[in-house]
Amino acid sequence: MTRRLDPKKVNSELFTLTYGALVSQLMRDYENIEDVNKQLDRMGYNIGIRLIEDFLAKTSTGRCFDFKDTAEKIQMAFRLYLGITPAITNWNASCDEFSLQFDSSPLTEFTELPDNCLGLKYCNILTGVIRGALEMVQMDVTSVFVQDHLVGDSCTELRLKFNKRLEDAIPSGED
Amino acid sequence: MVIYGVYIVSKSGGLIFNLDLDHNVPNVVNECTFKSPEEVDFKLVNENKRVVVSFGQHDGVMVGHVLIEINGIVVTGTQLDDGRDAFEVIEDASNYPLTLKFTKPKVTTNEKIFLASMFYPLFALASQLSPEPKSSGIEVLEADTFKLECFQTLTGVKFMIISEPGQTGLDTILRKIYELYADYALKNPFYSLDMPIRCELFDSNLKALLDQAEKSHVTNI
Repeated sequence: MTRRLDPKKVNSELFTLTYGALVSQLMRDYENIEDVNKQLDRMGYNIGIRLIEDFLAKTSTGRCFDFKDTAEKIQMAFRLYLGITPAITNWNASCDEFSLQFDSSPLTEFTELPDNCLGLKYCNILTGVIRGALEMVQMDVTSVFVQDHLVGDSCTELRLKFNKRLEDAIPSGED
Repeated sequence: MVIYGVYIVSKSGGLIFNLDLDHNVPNVVNECTFKSPEEVDFKLVNENKRVVVSFGQHDGVMVGHVLIEINGIVVTGTQLDDGRDAFEVIEDASNYPLTLKFTKPKVTTNEKIFLASMFYPLFALASQLSPEPKSSGIEVLEADTFKLECFQTLTGVKFMIISEPGQTGLDTILRKIYELYADYALKNPFYSLDMPIRCELFDSNLKALLDQAEKSHVTNI
């Protein structure tokens, strides 16, 4: 009930449908599905570099000093912005790669992919958001969807790989 | 709570926002009338193309104040609006009696941009001079007439407040300003990162926040 009274919260269905409209518009604008994936990622990146400030301002989290920490904070951000808690799994031995597994996602709630767009990574905006947000806190990561239940996989899996700390960009007073 | 100004400096050290609360800094204008050049007991010098009092202090006119009017004619730089040079007018006995108006010099936008980019290396220097590793930069800077509090976000943006000395609770306001920045500046699709913030919603919400902070002496905002 308190959730509904908060003026800053919106119905997730509105968000789902708006995102759907965006993707279908992109499908109409670009002939190539690869281009749509790329465009979604780019839009996500532009959202991410702004969204990170909102996340930091509202949660007052500190800097991450290992990737496990980062994973938990990303999970927290998903809870905050999408109301879901993806599972953190499949760490590699050197602890610089992990997967986020989504059972359900508000982005795909009413979505079925038609046969002609099997290569489409419907949620690809998320990879961009994460990459952009982490770049702003001086972390270079690669993020990519490796499984997607929309194309018949058992779950949706987003793989994150830590590349390097962006040492040049670290604000003074912290290096 | 008396706040004099709010400044935001981008990651690259450029001033992207400044707000002066002029109502907290009363602008005093002082007048003096002289009958002859011999009576002018201020030592006036040309400093940065302005006529500045360098010695002799009375009737509210202080060292450092600038000349803004002679006999009601505005002085721009060292020149009167009618084209005459201010120093020549003051030296010429035939112009007397003269009424000179002085005020505190205003910091121009250019000077503010310059000062903001000066603070940037000072902040970095402070963290390097620190005897402890992993020290932050300058968080609080105090002087006899003001206090500057600076909050740097993880992404490198600096938020600064200049207030009355001894003011507490500025850190809460700085965090609130960060939230407003994230909400109203960054979510505006027409604002591009690292550019000066010209968003009306940000301005109005920031002013509302500062008004509220000024009224409530306890900072429960």
